[in-house]
Amino acid sequence: MDFTIVAYAIPFLLTGAKTTLLISMFGVGLGLPLGILVALARTSRNRLVCKAADAYCAVFRGTPMLVQIFVIYYGLGQVGLFRSNPVIWWLIGDGLHAAILAVLLNTGAYTAEIFRTAFLSLPRGLIEAAQSCGMSPWIILRRIKFPLALRQALPSYSSEVAIIVKESSLASTIAVLEITGWAKRLMSETFAIMDIFIITSVFYLTLNVVGLTALKLLERQLWFERRLTRTKATSPCPS
Amino acid sequence: MFEIFWSLIVEQGWGLALLRGAFVTICIGVLGMVIGLIAAVPFAIARWQRVPVLSQVVDVYSIVVRGVPGLLVIYLLFFGSVDWVQKVAVAFGYRDVAESAYPSIIGILAIAAISCAYSVEVMRGALEAVPKGLLEAAKSLALPPHVAFFRITLPLALRLALGGINNVWQMTIKDTSLVSIVGMQELMRMAVIAAGITRSPLLFYCIAACLFFAMTAVSQTLFGLGERHINRGFSGG
Repeated sequence: MDFTIVAYAIPFLLTGAKTTLLISMFGVGLGLPLGILVALARTSRNRLVCKAADAYCAVFRGTPMLVQIFVIYYGLGQVGLFRSNPVIWWLIGDGLHAAILAVLLNTGAYTAEIFRTAFLSLPRGLIEAAQSCGMSPWIILRRIKFPLALRQALPSYSSEVAIIVKESSLASTIAVLEITGWAKRLMSETFAIMDIFIITSVFYLTLNVVGLTALKLLERQLWFERRLTRTKATSPCPS
Repeated sequence: MFEIFWSLIVEQGWGLALLRGAFVTICIGVLGMVIGLIAAVPFAIARWQRVPVLSQVVDVYSIVVRGVPGLLVIYLLFFGSVDWVQKVAVAFGYRDVAESAYPSIIGILAIAAISCAYSVEVMRGALEAVPKGLLEAAKSLALPPHVAFFRITLPLALRLALGGINNVWQMTIKDTSLVSIVGMQELMRMAVIAAGITRSPLLFYCIAACLFFAMTAVSQTLFGLGERHINRGFSGG
């Protein structure tokens, strides 16, 4: 490995890492609430809401992310209505915004799937107990359903976070220079394909390891809480 | 509006071009998946049996490929291989053949390399999930190791792996869209060309999305049927 190339490449890749991080942050920060909302819609009693949410998930999970990003960035700009609306144009007119929107919508569908199974796996008895205590649906959601579903969903969601980081690389196809975009540019500039690949993989692996470790810590935190409450509730003499 | 679409898709022949692209996409996907699976079985066995050096190498390969974006793997294979493919082709005098077939071959290999990394994990998990008692029973009947493997372990592991293989396939068929970036004439590339020439990106990208959606939906149904077939006789399985 040639260290001059490493020293040359790292500043560029660091600026790319900022963009990747930005897209991923939005993907996690807004994609998680979106996914939970859609999951709730999919488990709701209202047929129309349920069908619409199902369709959204099916479309975004059934088509490649590349197609979605192209439809959003190149396709929607063709519609005059969207072009004249300043809010929508702000969202899709800029490469970075379009990439964030695409990642957000994509991860929303996958997250919804994860949380839907988590909501479905909740024991009925708990919810019935909450209802019989006279809790309102909102309180049941906030105090019973959501904490339990989060614990169920967290292991799968952590792999979804790794996927978000990887999917953000597709932003480079619409000329947003994030890590992969810079890597491609550096590859064609220096011809040190393998060196650049190794450095870039180190960047991605670091991002993933940091993200996964954070989620694992959160997971442990949640399980710890559960263990405490269980020993308090069930065993008369703590061991 | 509708007449414009009709003239673009039928009279200018873009519909047919997209369908041809879709066929190429399916070919790349299936070939990549099959090559990846065939390569994944020995790798998974190496990891399952903890073969000293090979198992660590496979581990690193699978972690790296699963940890970095598919696009980056494709760039590595494409840009990394241009040089020596040229050399080999010139040395053997197949320059024209190499230039025309090169993107397809590297594209399929790239897809195979990605799907293989995921398949290794699926297969390893399935192999480890085969009950130990069955293997001990096979050993106690003095079955030779290879017979025990092909008659007992592999069929059971394949049953357990089918769900995971389905997931890998769904991902692989969607990943094939990435090789369009490096100029392979599959569905996504066709859509990009059509969108560029006719200047109606919305229409053509939506058609591409529909075709991809049809592929994933059909293969999902087929896998569902296959799963039911392979699970017959296993109650609740």
